[in-house]
Amino acid sequence: MIWFAAINPVLSPMSPQARALSNVFEVTLAVCGVIFLIVTGLIAWCVLRYRMSDPGVEPRQSGGNSKLEATWTLASVMVLIFLFVLTVQAMRISDAPMDREPDLTVIGHQWWWEVRYANGTVTANEIHIPTQSDMLVRVDSADVIHSFWVPQLGRKIDAIPGHLNHLWIRADQAGQYLGACAVFCGAQHAWMRILVVAQSPQEFGEWNAQQAPPAKAPSTPGGLRGEHVFLQQTCVGCHSIRGVNANTQVGPDLTHFASRQTIGAGVLENNAADVRRWLTDPQRIKPGCYMPDFHLTGSNVEDLAAFFETLK
Amino acid sequence: MNSTSATISPVTVLAGAPAERGLLSWVATVDHKRIGILYLVTTFGFFLVGGVEALLIRLQLAVPNNTFLKPETFNQLFTMHGTTMIFLVVMPALIGFANYFVPLMIGARDMAFPRLNTMSYWLLIFGGLLLHFSVLTGAAPAAGWFSYAPLSETPFSSSTGLDYWIMALLILGVGSVAGAINMIVTILTLRAPGMTLRRVPLFVWMIFINSFLIIAAIPVLNAAIVMLLIDRQLEAHFFLGIQGGSPLLWQHFFWTFGHPEVYIMALPAFGMISEVIPVFSRKPIFGYSFVAASTVAIALLSFGVWAHHMFTVGLGHTADLFFAAASMAIAVPTGVKVFNWIATMWGGSIRFTTAMCFAIAFIIQFVVGGLSGITFAVAPVDWQMHNTYYLVAHFHYVLFGGTLFGMLAGLYYWFPKMSGRLLSEKLGKWQFWLAVLGFNLTFFVQHLLGFMGMPRQVYTYPDLPGWGAVNLLSTIGAFILGFSMLLLGANILWSLLRGQPATDNPWDAWTLEWATTSPPPAHNFQSVPPIRGRRPLWDLAHPSQTDAKNATATPPGESAPEKNKALMIVFIVSEGFFFLMLVIAYLYFGRTPGAGPTAASSLNVGRTALFTICLFASSFTVWRAERGFKRKDRAAMNGWLAVTVLLGAVFLTGQATEYWGMFERGVTVNTNLFASSFFTLTGFHGLHVCIGLIALLIVLGLTRRGEARDFQSPALATVGLYWHFVDGVWVVVFSVIYLRLLL
Repeated sequence: MIWFAAINPVLSPMSPQARALSNVFEVTLAVCGVIFLIVTGLIAWCVLRYRMSDPGVEPRQSGGNSKLEATWTLASVMVLIFLFVLTVQAMRISDAPMDREPDLTVIGHQWWWEVRYANGTVTANEIHIPTQSDMLVRVDSADVIHSFWVPQLGRKIDAIPGHLNHLWIRADQAGQYLGACAVFCGAQHAWMRILVVAQSPQEFGEWNAQQAPPAKAPSTPGGLRGEHVFLQQTCVGCHSIRGVNANTQVGPDLTHFASRQTIGAGVLENNAADVRRWLTDPQRIKPGCYMPDFHLTGSNVEDLAAFFETLK
Repeated sequence: MNSTSATISPVTVLAGAPAERGLLSWVATVDHKRIGILYLVTTFGFFLVGGVEALLIRLQLAVPNNTFLKPETFNQLFTMHGTTMIFLVVMPALIGFANYFVPLMIGARDMAFPRLNTMSYWLLIFGGLLLHFSVLTGAAPAAGWFSYAPLSETPFSSSTGLDYWIMALLILGVGSVAGAINMIVTILTLRAPGMTLRRVPLFVWMIFINSFLIIAAIPVLNAAIVMLLIDRQLEAHFFLGIQGGSPLLWQHFFWTFGHPEVYIMALPAFGMISEVIPVFSRKPIFGYSFVAASTVAIALLSFGVWAHHMFTVGLGHTADLFFAAASMAIAVPTGVKVFNWIATMWGGSIRFTTAMCFAIAFIIQFVVGGLSGITFAVAPVDWQMHNTYYLVAHFHYVLFGGTLFGMLAGLYYWFPKMSGRLLSEKLGKWQFWLAVLGFNLTFFVQHLLGFMGMPRQVYTYPDLPGWGAVNLLSTIGAFILGFSMLLLGANILWSLLRGQPATDNPWDAWTLEWATTSPPPAHNFQSVPPIRGRRPLWDLAHPSQTDAKNATATPPGESAPEKNKALMIVFIVSEGFFFLMLVIAYLYFGRTPGAGPTAASSLNVGRTALFTICLFASSFTVWRAERGFKRKDRAAMNGWLAVTVLLGAVFLTGQATEYWGMFERGVTVNTNLFASSFFTLTGFHGLHVCIGLIALLIVLGLTRRGEARDFQSPALATVGLYWHFVDGVWVVVFSVIYLRLLL
């Protein structure tokens, strides 16, 4: 079933919330499928049976039948009432009311996701959650409207400036779940992807314990030079590395950058070669993004990459 | 009649009467048929533009991580594709068909206001050109066809593309509303004797209802984009998510227009299908009154479903359930239509012409789009599938598989009437099957992309399992579909040059447009046949088997309203919707007054009340002027008119004084949301007072010059109505802004 989940996340729910959605979807699709078969069946019958054979003979000129009209009107109404009842039920399960403070806040930016946990952990684009536990997510926006959507874990909900939203996500099994921004939000809407990593509560605790503290000072010569470049160049104007510089939040927090799987909200994998590519020419990799091309020298790029590798 | 149409040469096919020859005559024409053809030719041109945009989009998406187009270019392309297809192709093409055929089908000589009709067409041209002019500035709009705020606001879209978009839509909107008013008045006042509203062909009926949708929905869009323009150009922040501005209000406004717009694009196609299927099934439409009534139901319900576009914005379960229920309810009258079309074919004698083939494909594909629409009405499903490719598939099944296939059915059906020549059935069948194959290959697989988790409006996508293969299939389908449309162009050209001449009534159809020559003469009919039922030509051919037994030619009790008054009333309704939205905006922003000036701190109720009395008094004086007109008392009429103008001027002076005082205290349109919404609402009212004053002065000038000598001119009565409306709006505005302060 893994291949099915890979090509059909919408109908491969991993949480009770998402399961309620996929159940009501499956029933609705079945109902619609039956209606489609009835309609095309009737049309096929007409096409095969009532083909003109003799142009001289006009068929019987019947102009309507009120009983028939009433029948199909009522039948449609009954089907829709049935679907409406399912709608009410599915909404209740998949979108329960908020009953406590959120566990984490996700803030949409052009074009990345800021993720803040109640205990102070800040990360980007990659959300870690413990399995088997309902997580209440507050969804906010720093600029335009975005939409948070991880199909296997729950509903989607929009991130709207000035209008806070909440949703429940949950993963019954450990694994990685893909999602994306689902409202057009400008030039790089395509690369505003989400990765949810569900871990056992113990692993999640370890991850969080590692993410919460500030970055350790680099010990290698390259790392030290890289830290210097980071502070000398304009990097610090946008990016925060807790323990290294003040709290600027324009771009993603890089405190534990090396522990993440992707760069640029999914546009590249986070490996040594791609970090260098990204630093060399972000505008070629993610045109229009707010990270300018700084024309860093080759050695600057090497040093920065060495520094970032230390940010576990 | 048959012999004349059979001998015309290709050159005269489109040229019409001998007096109207040459290219210039097309520019100057006010003939509804030629304007109809202009509409169709223009929209075919824009259709090619929008189609090329679509193919570029599909090329970029053919493979994962593609770099064929820059992201910004891609975003401009889908914005322009959506805007073009909706405002420059589907809407005007349907209006073009209506222009050509509504007067013919009701046995009229032309539209009620031929010159207004011409204006509507030229506004389409200028609006379309203005929109595309943005391309020349190097920055086409790139915020999607729904231009969601705050992305569409200056901080996030600083180039001029969106301003062009707004101005173009305003121009197109004015043209559409003028066209719709013209249609309503034409259908109300120019029906031939015996053509009662219960007998008009369903295409005419759908256009009639559709025109009401247009006059109500377009002003809502106009109000929204005017506010967006004020944000962008005058630095207000109606829709910015700061200091009380509300991005959600944009969505509410936009979809209050946007969902009726979907039906504006669908109803006329329903009308065409309701003409084509009966003729090629050799049976009258099944359940005429049910099809007609369900259209009214759809039109009314369409204004209560807008927030089903907003299930993911977090409006709460109560609102979501209300709009889910309303959206499901609108499926019922739509389903009724589908069953009636099938029942029309049932027991018929079906001729599979290209037109009929497109009609049958329309039903099946529209049902697919309708059913996926029902899945979206189930709000929890929308929470998953909203803004995915499943949605893209859904609305293309409705608008392309539905409306556009319906229009192609209409084109193959009516082309002989417009050109005097038949289209090639052989090429037509090729086009049909390629279009069906291409369309379904392009869009059916996009449902799957939705299940795979692919959002819409992305310029590229990661190489996830299956995504590349399915996207490639869709791209291949798009090119097959594009090729099929080239075949249509070839068919039309071939037909105009070599096509077999058409008789007056090549399909043996029953409605009045087939009772004249192909193409019809400039004056449309030598004589309109007697109309005793819904199928005049059937009744003529089968006197012993007529539809309506004992029906008289002219049923008593139907008198048409005076056309100028009818025009003004419909126009006022349309303007009413515009002001309604501005009033709603004022009240909405008044709920949470932010920092800065408020109504209480800025406005002087007593002083404005004095000016208000002047304006209200002018309603009385204009009524006295009308009474003078009716009594042919020129002195009284001129005197009261002059007093009216004076009172209006006093009111405007009062408003100017109030504005001046506020400016002096630094309160301007961008100060805060109170100021923005106050100046927008009262400013647009003031603008209407100015226009009313100019109209009154023109009437006064005409009467003084003695042009209304015979006391027959409807000018005063018409302008008087408008003036009462301007006063009526002020009653509401004065209560909402000023009187509320006294509570």
